[in-house]
Amino acid sequence: MPAEKAPSQGTPAVETFELTRRFGAHVAVDHVTLTVPPGAIFGLLGPNGAGKSTTLKMLTTLLEPTAGTARVAGCDIVRDPQEVRRRIGYVPQLLSADGTLTGYENLLISAKLHGLSRAQRRERIAQALKFMGLEEAAHVLVRRYSGGMIRRLEIAQAMLHEPEVLFLDEPTTGLDPLARRAVWSHIRDLRQRYGTTILLTTHDMEEADELCDYVAILHRGRIAVVGPPTTLKAEIGPEASLEDVFARYTGGEIVEGGTYRDVVRHRRTARRLG
Amino acid sequence: MSSAIAAPRAAWADHAGCFIHHTFVVVEAELRKLIHDPMELLTRAVQPLLWLLVFGGVFARVRGIPTGAVGYREFLTPGILAQSGLFIAIFYGIAVIWERDLGVLQKYLVSPAPRSALVLGKAIAAGVRGLSQAILVYALALLIGVRLRTGWDTLLGVPLIIVLGSAVFATLSLIVACLVKTRERFMGVGQLLTMPLFFASNAIYPLGLMPGWLRVISAANPLTYQVDALRALMLPGVSATFGIGFDVAVQLAALAVLVVLASRLYPKVVL
Repeated sequence: MPAEKAPSQGTPAVETFELTRRFGAHVAVDHVTLTVPPGAIFGLLGPNGAGKSTTLKMLTTLLEPTAGTARVAGCDIVRDPQEVRRRIGYVPQLLSADGTLTGYENLLISAKLHGLSRAQRRERIAQALKFMGLEEAAHVLVRRYSGGMIRRLEIAQAMLHEPEVLFLDEPTTGLDPLARRAVWSHIRDLRQRYGTTILLTTHDMEEADELCDYVAILHRGRIAVVGPPTTLKAEIGPEASLEDVFARYTGGEIVEGGTYRDVVRHRRTARRLG
Repeated sequence: MSSAIAAPRAAWADHAGCFIHHTFVVVEAELRKLIHDPMELLTRAVQPLLWLLVFGGVFARVRGIPTGAVGYREFLTPGILAQSGLFIAIFYGIAVIWERDLGVLQKYLVSPAPRSALVLGKAIAAGVRGLSQAILVYALALLIGVRLRTGWDTLLGVPLIIVLGSAVFATLSLIVACLVKTRERFMGVGQLLTMPLFFASNAIYPLGLMPGWLRVISAANPLTYQVDALRALMLPGVSATFGIGFDVAVQLAALAVLVVLASRLYPKVVL
């Protein structure tokens, strides 16, 4: 894989080695080897069922790989998952903010889970609420929030402990275009401010093109190609879009992804965030 | 871990501090939820009240159940107290399946909190819910003239036993949730567990009345020891069949084993 294209300094934020996950006979992630340079916004692009979420679940230690391993922020996900968890933030595709608590309480619980001191908590929660524009809604139950507000809160709570790597699983699925742009600008600001490496999954070409420094196209559990969007496009032709790149490497084929349960979850998430 | 407890010290003390800290973070989250929506607790209290008023009222007239120094309503009250905790706790796992479906659970699993602390925190939170039932049942029992002890050992001991007993069954419920993984299946298993646990115990009749085989089963049922301890603490002139110390030890041991099992299974609930 042309991962060495990354003009990286220092140790990679994420490195996977032949990372593989099988569910019975089905190979969801198939010998994925890739390198995410520190400070990058890195997108895993692929249709539903390509293995994006499964990859993310392994990198965040929610799922053990069947074979292969990865290092996240310098720690091995198989041998040292506890250390990995200290160094990462994760916003799942589903809902990670508790609707029955207020925005402030969600942040407070996250801060405590990560062992921040009282002074750190006070400072960073205030900062996060301000940064995400949630100060006025801080003491409102999250179930009354709009989809965009919920996403911003979720990103805020995943950032409180200033993780080295932030994982976002389809951060803008189900958001309207305006809220989507707002989330993008917050992701860029985070990187700018804290130098956080951001690894996100998306099936949205525009998101990959506009937001990501690097894109890895995942197809049926394998990496089809990796590189900066501009390079990938240039390799196809002068007028090529990321869609053309995508079509080239995946054969333009629509993979019917996901099980019934996945669809139910997707729809539910979309409804809640919509 | 936490910088609130920063001074250098032995690794085991750090681990223990971290474990306790995280356990109580989970408890705090659960209690905050409860404060925002306490309605559930009131509706939950209806069932034990019916048991006390209707079932207790009728059976007190039978006078065929040998309850020793106390009347049947007195005998029944600790049993119903334990039962109301059991009923809340045994369905507690469904909340975990719900949180898994939403995605909230994943947030906890990706945090540095030890799995065992996540489990024990949930269990203790279920215990606190049970406690709220205890207050209502106690109040009603006193209101309808049930003679209960109110000494300092009662006031201290009863809440502890309720929290401990509910925590045991909440952890059992978490294990079931991790195994069955869907709400529909969970409801089925939950229903299946509740009544046998309740009837194969000394909650509504003394062990002496049971046929031999049932007595054997109830001796393996943590609810029996919970009720035994509660009777001794709540009723005047009644002492524990097994001794309160033994009752507590059995439940602590059950809790420890279940927490270890549940924390192994807990991460698998997201698969």
